[in-house]
Amino acid sequence: MSAQGSYPWAAGYYDDGDRPQIVTSRFKYEDSHTIERYHATGGYEGLKKALSMRPEEVHDEVRKSTLLGRGGAGFPAGVKWGFTPQGVWPRYLVVNGDESEPGTYKDRLLMELDPHQLIEGCLIACYAAGLSQCFLYIRGEMAVAHERVAKALDDAYAHGYIGRNILGTDFSVDIVLHWGAGAYVVGEETALIESLEGERGMPRLKPPYFPAAIGLYGKPTIVNNVETLSNLPFIALNGSAAYTAIGTETSPGTRMIAVSGHVERPGVFEIVNGSTTFRDLIYGDEFSQGMREGRELKTFVPGGGSAPWFLPDQLDIPFEGREASSAGSMLGSGAVMVMDDTTDIPAAALTLVKFYAHESCGKCVPCREGGTWLYRIVERIVAGNGTDADLATILEVGESICPGDMPHAASARLGLDAVPFPYKMTTICFVGPSAYVPIHSAMTLFPEEFEAIVTKREVRTTIPVTAVPVGGA
Amino acid sequence: MSRLNDQNVALAKEIIARYPKKKSALIPLVHLSQQQNGYVTEAAMKHVAELIDVTPAEVYGTATFYEMFRFEPTGKYLINICGTMSCALMGGHDLMHHAEHKLGVKAGSTTDDGLITLQHAECQAACTEAPTLQVNYRHRFRVTPAEFDELVDDLRAGKLDGEIPPHGTLGRNRQHIPADRAVGAVPPEQVDGAPAWVTIKEEGS
Repeated sequence: MSAQGSYPWAAGYYDDGDRPQIVTSRFKYEDSHTIERYHATGGYEGLKKALSMRPEEVHDEVRKSTLLGRGGAGFPAGVKWGFTPQGVWPRYLVVNGDESEPGTYKDRLLMELDPHQLIEGCLIACYAAGLSQCFLYIRGEMAVAHERVAKALDDAYAHGYIGRNILGTDFSVDIVLHWGAGAYVVGEETALIESLEGERGMPRLKPPYFPAAIGLYGKPTIVNNVETLSNLPFIALNGSAAYTAIGTETSPGTRMIAVSGHVERPGVFEIVNGSTTFRDLIYGDEFSQGMREGRELKTFVPGGGSAPWFLPDQLDIPFEGREASSAGSMLGSGAVMVMDDTTDIPAAALTLVKFYAHESCGKCVPCREGGTWLYRIVERIVAGNGTDADLATILEVGESICPGDMPHAASARLGLDAVPFPYKMTTICFVGPSAYVPIHSAMTLFPEEFEAIVTKREVRTTIPVTAVPVGGA
Repeated sequence: MSRLNDQNVALAKEIIARYPKKKSALIPLVHLSQQQNGYVTEAAMKHVAELIDVTPAEVYGTATFYEMFRFEPTGKYLINICGTMSCALMGGHDLMHHAEHKLGVKAGSTTDDGLITLQHAECQAACTEAPTLQVNYRHRFRVTPAEFDELVDDLRAGKLDGEIPPHGTLGRNRQHIPADRAVGAVPPEQVDGAPAWVTIKEEGS
């Protein structure tokens, strides 16, 4: 057991000069979160460079960098900034630090281990896009991140990086640290804005599709993810060409990926975007070093709990959005959850169905009712009390949340072709479909496991993942 | 009883002043009340409503949406054990069963001495360090049953008081914006025109 705030493995993962490091370059230092270390390693130089340019020149650099949003949707940040309607003021920046997608953590590390890099990124975004106040919304359950970001903000104010007339220019902005209070759905950007307005965190009806048009207090608002903003100091300082020199044309730069589950060396790695494959990540010596105890890979979730599952057949797919979509899934929030051949697939799927059923905000009926139904039915099946009718009901409930073809991976074993991502949906946001995705993947890719429990009523001797009832949080 | 005390009212006013609209301070102020009282009381919600000019029902409506707000007395230590996929794959559910036996309570309840509340939790964003738990939202990574026992013994002996503040305290330090540096929040309807550094006048502005 180790306590939070110290990451004994960090030196081993990040003290590696061979791979490009844009956002994790300071993680190897024990004092990476301090302003002293930040200053000693080029900190706030990107801001100074940006302030020597005109705002629209900085915006152009970011647009040219094709920096893709890291929250899950992968939308280019520079394009998003451009969606603000002309002549409407004020405009706000809301930082999405409500990271809670199952399997994902990178934003928490970026806030705990390099809070000044994030702050500098916020300042550059505000300068470039004319945003006059910034709200840094941190997930409530991240106490250490709150403490470190609060200290970093105080230090940055004291050094004149935030507040009135930053570094002697006419650029003035406040950054306000805001506390979340625990709700997965608040990661959806319009729900985040509702929460920041003091409301229940429920997604807003669309259109408007982008809060850049109508956001916080009805004003133009840019919502960016923590990792997205943490890339800006590098881009501002080194230019977009230095950024696009890393990665591929459609997926430039690097991105942080958490690999968890049954691997030899689980961890959060900064990988080269676009070209690194799932095989590199799961089996590579510099990354997760293969399956634990030399076991076989059974299946993996490629992009956070909301993503359809991949099989060993898909290991050579790279971290590139379009390739992942045509193979039947998505890259999402940068999280790979790996399962070996000991895994009880229905029970593993249940943990995710339960998560999304629990996190439904209750606004859309298909999610509120359907998610709970799915959870109850899958729980019954895993407990050994399922019937053939239950399997049909799962598909019927799923159809009411995601009508039509449901994306899934190809399987040579089953003779299945891939159905490309995305799905159609009857809900405002992705929470509802996400309750159906894991059970759909599990039933499509491992039908024999459901048959074994439901039809043949086989007694299972090993259940590495066991079901627990819903209760408490 | 359990309205915000004078010191926290001063802090509440400082927090409210950071937002262009007062209601945005709702969640931070309910947190503040939970820090003072250990859980969220009706009197505190009424007080928060007065401070931000909304009805008590609006405070209650928002507060009950969020997992972290508790409306009944809670242990000094809230232990949340994660049961979502990555933790479940690495023994999270077994850890929960062990914890229930060790503490002698079912998940969702508090020990007889009122010290520890045990809860199921969903993903805690530490998936590579599974199985994980949080004590008052401070992580413990790769927890074995023996280490869980040691943790509980340390909590009971007060050995972790320096690291883990009582339930309700989100951060041991909080942001303070210095008055001489603050830009200050302006209600959005009072803003006319682009900020000073935006050099090109946009069409229609």
